[in-house]
Amino acid sequence: MIKKYYKRMLTIRYFEERIKQMYRGGEFFGAIHLYIGQEAIAVGLCSQLSDNDYVFSTHRGHGHYLAKTHDTKGAIAELFGKETGCSHGYGGSMHMFNPLKGFMGGNGIVGGGIPLALGAAFSAQYRGTNEVSVVFFGEGASNQGTFHESLNLAALKKLPLIAVCENNRYAATTPVALSTSDEDITKRADAYGIKSLSVNGNDLTEVIAAAKKAVKHVRSGNGPFLLDCKTYRVEPHCGIIADKRPEDELAQWQKPENDPLNCYQAQHPKELNSATVAALETDVKYEIEEAVEFARASSFPKVENFIKEFAVQ
Amino acid sequence: MRKITYIDAMNEALHEEMQRDENVFVIGEDVDIDGGVWNECYKLMETFGKQRVVGTPISESAFSGLAAGAAMCGLRPVLEFMYMDFVGVAMDQLCNQIAKLHIMSGGQVKIPVTIRMCGTGTGSREAAQHSQSLEAWFAHIPGFKVVMPATAKDSKGLLKAAIRDDSPVIFIENRNLYYEKEPVPEGEFIVPIGQGEIVREGTDVTVVAVAYSRHKVLKALEMTEASVELIDPRTVDPLDMPLILDSLAKTGKLLVVQEATSECGIGAEIVRQVVEKGFDYLDCPPVVLGGKNIPTPFSAPLEDHVLPQVEDIAEKITAFAKYQI
Repeated sequence: MIKKYYKRMLTIRYFEERIKQMYRGGEFFGAIHLYIGQEAIAVGLCSQLSDNDYVFSTHRGHGHYLAKTHDTKGAIAELFGKETGCSHGYGGSMHMFNPLKGFMGGNGIVGGGIPLALGAAFSAQYRGTNEVSVVFFGEGASNQGTFHESLNLAALKKLPLIAVCENNRYAATTPVALSTSDEDITKRADAYGIKSLSVNGNDLTEVIAAAKKAVKHVRSGNGPFLLDCKTYRVEPHCGIIADKRPEDELAQWQKPENDPLNCYQAQHPKELNSATVAALETDVKYEIEEAVEFARASSFPKVENFIKEFAVQ
Repeated sequence: MRKITYIDAMNEALHEEMQRDENVFVIGEDVDIDGGVWNECYKLMETFGKQRVVGTPISESAFSGLAAGAAMCGLRPVLEFMYMDFVGVAMDQLCNQIAKLHIMSGGQVKIPVTIRMCGTGTGSREAAQHSQSLEAWFAHIPGFKVVMPATAKDSKGLLKAAIRDDSPVIFIENRNLYYEKEPVPEGEFIVPIGQGEIVREGTDVTVVAVAYSRHKVLKALEMTEASVELIDPRTVDPLDMPLILDSLAKTGKLLVVQEATSECGIGAEIVRQVVEKGFDYLDCPPVVLGGKNIPTPFSAPLEDHVLPQVEDIAEKITAFAKYQI
C-alpha cells in the first residue's frame, strides 16, 4: 500500500512536470493549472473511494483525475485535444471526464462544481446506494455562494457529500489573508452543523486517516463531512501567468519536510528506501513517456463526427 | 373535449411522467408544501413522497446544480423556479454547467433536466423584478432548448416532451394562463419540441406570436378585417422556421409579437432568419412588436405603456394589411 500510494503521488508530480515542459515548449495550448505540492490530498481521498463513488474536480484537476482513474494516457491525450482523450478532445485541461470511473469532471468556474457534487450525492440517496460524492475546491471557492448554499442543503437533506477544501493559500494571485475572513474553513462547516476535520494536506498519512473517517461517516448515512486540507500551491496560478510571492514563503514550503512526497518517504524509510524510490521513478517516467507517445500518435477529433454527434448547424 | 386549466394540465403531465419513470423527480422551493405556490405540484407529495418531491431552501444555485449532478448520474429532474425572474442568481449553474456538461464531457454525460420557469408574465402589476420574459437569454446560450406553451394542451404535451428529452429544456410558463380552462385531450399525448402551430390561416399578414401574445393577437383579430395567418412557434429554440417561411411565401408580410423587449429578442432572431432564408418572400420590412426597452414599471398605465396592447397589435396588423408594394 505504501509503495502504491507513493507511486500515485509520484505519477501526479511527474505528469505535471512533464506537461509543464511540453506546454512551455509550445506542444499544446490552453490554460493549465498545476497541482504540484498538493498531491497528497487527491491521492489520500481517492485511496478511500471505489469506481462507484463520485469525484467532482476543479480547474486544477489533473491530480484528482489521475488519483481517481489512473488514466495517464487519456489525460495527456485530452490536454493535446486528441480524440483518444478522456473527454474525446472536447474538454481539455479543465474538463476531464471519466464517468465510468466516477470522475464527473473538472470545472472552469470556481465553486461551480460544488452544487453538481450535491446532485450526485442526492442521486446516491435517491437510488438507495451507499455511494459517496466527493468535491474538491479551494479556499477561494469557500467564499462563493454555491459553497454556502450547498453545505446548508447537504446538511438539511443529510446527503452523502464530502467537501474537500484544498486550502492552498492563494485564490489566483490573492493570498488567503486578503480573501477569507477566517481561514479556518471548518468553522464554516460548524455553521451548518456539518462534521469536519482540519489536516495537514501535505502529509499523506494524515489525509488518509481523515479521509477514512469522512468516508465512514458519510457512507453510514450520517450526512456530509468537510475536510480542510492545509497545503500550498507551489506553482503559479496558471501555466503562463507569472506570480510574485514572498521568496521566504516559497522557500519555506519548498523545504523537503513540507513536500508531500519527501514527507511520506521520511515516514516510511524502510518501504520507501532509495532503491525502491529509484525503481518507482523509472516506472513512472516510463509510463508517462508512453502516454506522451500515445497522445502524440493519436488523431484529432474529426469535424464531421462532431457535426453528426452534436447536431452542429 | 374536456376542459382543464393550464396548471392542471401540467400537473397531470407530472403525475403521468413520475408514474411512468421512477427517475423523474421534482425539485424547487415550496414544491412539497400545499402543492407549491401556484398549485403546480398539487398532490405530488402525497402521491410520490418527499424523496421525489424535494422542497428546497431559497438557494437557486445549489438546487439547480443539484439537479444537474443528479442528471449526470441518471436521474431526470424537473427543476422549478418560482418566478422566471429569480433565475439570475443561478445563471452560472444553468449556463456554464447545465448547458455545457454534455459537450464538455465529449458526450459522456447527458443532462436531461427540465427547468420550469414558473410565474412568467406581465400585466398583473408585479413591477420590474417579476415581469420579465427572459427566453432570449437562454436561446442565446448553446445547449438549451426553450419552449413557451401558450395553451393548456401545449403545456401538458410540451412538459411531457421536455421531461423525456435528453437535453436540458427551459420550460417557460405564463402566469396569466394558469387558471384558464381550455380543451385538453385525455390520456397520453406529446407536443414535439421544435414544432410550431398555425393557430389561424390567412393570406394578408403572417403574425408570429410568442407565448401569451398569441392570446392578445387573437383578441386583436376581432378588431381588424385583415386576413391574418397566426403562428404560435411554441418552441423558441429551435424555431420552426419552415412553418414561418411557408406562411411568408403566401403573405409576404411578417409581424412578430412578443412581451419581451424587442432588442435582441426572439422576434429579432426570427427576422434575422427570415432575412437570411426568405428575403425574396418579403413585400415590406418585417416588424417586431415587443416590450419597450425599459424595466417594467409598477403603475397600471405605465406598465401598459411599455407592453404591446391588443389595440397596438390591431393597429399594426391593419396598417400591414394595407401596405402596398
